[in-house]
Amino acid sequence: MIPTHRVDSLKERVVRPFSAPDYRELRALDGVSFEVHQGEFFGIVGRNGSGKSTLLKLLASIYRTDSGTIRMAGRLAPFIELGVGFNQDLTARENIVLNGVMMGLSPREMRRRTGAIIEFAELEDFVDLKLKNYSSGMLVRLAFSVMMEADADVLLIDEVLAVGDASFQQKCADAFRQMKAQGKTIVLVTHEMATVEAYCHRAMLISEGRIQTIGDPGEVGRDYLRLNFEREGSGEAVLHEQADDVRIVGLALQDEHGAAISTIEHGTDIRLRLELEALRDLPGIDVGFLIANADRIDVLNFGIPVGEREGARSVRSGERVSIEARVENHLAGGRYFVHCGIYRAFEGGIALYQEDALDFLVFGGPETRGVFIPEVDIESSIGRGPA
Amino acid sequence: MPLRDVRGPSALGGGARRFFDLLWLMSVTEFKRVYFGTVLGYLWSLIRPLMLFGVLLFVFTQVFKIGSNQVDHYPVFLLLGIVLFTFFQEATSNSVTSVVTQEGVVRKTQFPRLVIPISTVLTGAFNLGLNLVVVFIFALAFGVDPVWSWLLFPVAAVILFALTAAVSMALSVLYVRFRDVAIIWVVVAQVLFYATPILYPVNFKEHHSTTYEHLLMINPLSVIFEQARIWILHEPNAPTIVHAAGGWTGLIPAFAIFVGACVFGVLIFNREAPKIAEQL
Repeated sequence: MIPTHRVDSLKERVVRPFSAPDYRELRALDGVSFEVHQGEFFGIVGRNGSGKSTLLKLLASIYRTDSGTIRMAGRLAPFIELGVGFNQDLTARENIVLNGVMMGLSPREMRRRTGAIIEFAELEDFVDLKLKNYSSGMLVRLAFSVMMEADADVLLIDEVLAVGDASFQQKCADAFRQMKAQGKTIVLVTHEMATVEAYCHRAMLISEGRIQTIGDPGEVGRDYLRLNFEREGSGEAVLHEQADDVRIVGLALQDEHGAAISTIEHGTDIRLRLELEALRDLPGIDVGFLIANADRIDVLNFGIPVGEREGARSVRSGERVSIEARVENHLAGGRYFVHCGIYRAFEGGIALYQEDALDFLVFGGPETRGVFIPEVDIESSIGRGPA
Repeated sequence: MPLRDVRGPSALGGGARRFFDLLWLMSVTEFKRVYFGTVLGYLWSLIRPLMLFGVLLFVFTQVFKIGSNQVDHYPVFLLLGIVLFTFFQEATSNSVTSVVTQEGVVRKTQFPRLVIPISTVLTGAFNLGLNLVVVFIFALAFGVDPVWSWLLFPVAAVILFALTAAVSMALSVLYVRFRDVAIIWVVVAQVLFYATPILYPVNFKEHHSTTYEHLLMINPLSVIFEQARIWILHEPNAPTIVHAAGGWTGLIPAFAIFVGACVFGVLIFNREAPKIAEQL
């Protein structure tokens, strides 16, 4: 429940004593039941406002559940944000102890671990420097090291992997792998699908407070991308060019069931459907499509001659032509634009050219620097050269 | 490992040992931060009560002759009162905003919520301890003889600590809901300063009506301060708290207020603690 209007001052209470505060019920999470097993690396993904952070705060005992139960075995170390609870006016040494005690370790235990933490963070020269003099990178390193040394059975981590410089990131990645090997239970909340796929055994996608998908990280990742892009456009073309010869009745990008879409997963065929109407008798027309990427580089070009019947070509006034194209989708991820051209086959010249008739998004697929991902046969062999 | 329910945040959630470890650490670091973070350090916390002391001493011994006539060691009496009240006032008013100031930690980590106001009070208590050393030195310098009843003083200090802690607990969570609390408390604390025998002894109307005495003793702070005065200054003509209140029954209101404040503080903090993070 969240109030639409917070009564924050006594005056409001006194002035309007009988007006019950207006509440708008918003269930941040509803019917979310799942299990994470010991030794599992579990990812939670979702769009902003999906309820994933609320879930994490419930797990971390920062919020209280309104209903339902959470059960957990072992000691928990929550890292909702790196470096929370750090006091800028204290030195690194004092902050390490404070942070550890907050997580339930004894001050003596934390003092014993200080050396290891400082060493991991590569901050040996700055142990007794106040944190307000630290750079943000140093702070993050310190926080991450405290987390690593907290020695909890269950770790809750919220978007913290992209920290520090490249070498420290590598160190973090190694540390994660090590924790995974040690059988620690880790719950990770992130936007980064690559992280989920690289580390997690299982993952869960939350959307509007409900579990959308749970299970294989790859599948969850694809669903997440789908969810992210499905609210794009309708997939119908916006047409503004007009001509005397022909009229575009409709142009759309479709899925295999014929519904208009605007995002296509890499590997799924690109289906274009165009419908034209001839405004006068034409001896024949050619229709061409051009697909350009976001950098306005033309990537694909294909077309078809229209109007061939009984050995001659013609399209009569008022007749409608339907064209369906299916293209194997080898495109790299990104945004693409479809231009559509209609040419007079015999009289010459352009009957109609519709630039940016459509735009769509390709998601998924391997990371590449190219614009096109063909199937590649590639081999290597090693041998000695001629002596 | 056995599965246990995750119950969410609470006043003492996480266990007593963790509470005391964290309480001690936070109070000590805050104390150190204040005293080693500034050039004059501890002097700052002494200057304020001493300035007040100087002004009031002048006013009440030179302008109105109230002080010097009624109390044997008026300067010591005044300083003791000011030091005790400074603790109460600073601890409570720092506590008002304490939970909100620590917002970042409260919203992002799990720890026993009670640590926040109590550590503020404990930091104030460290201060009080140092200031009391000055008071005792002062007392000796002004010719107050050390007596066995000085050893009883900690009893008064502990009761004052309990009252201060209870008030702080209530204020800190009420402020989360009602920001007016901060302004109101400034006024209330000001009133309490005059409603407690600090500037004047409780028996300021010696040979007249005792109504004022009885009224004053409704304030639990008056009872604590008066008893502290008796134990430390051991003046032969100072009334006991029972006498000042007009018999044992006269102490019932103060006792009831004290117990009521403690119960209210604990209950409201306990009730609000799980929800603090969501309301901030």
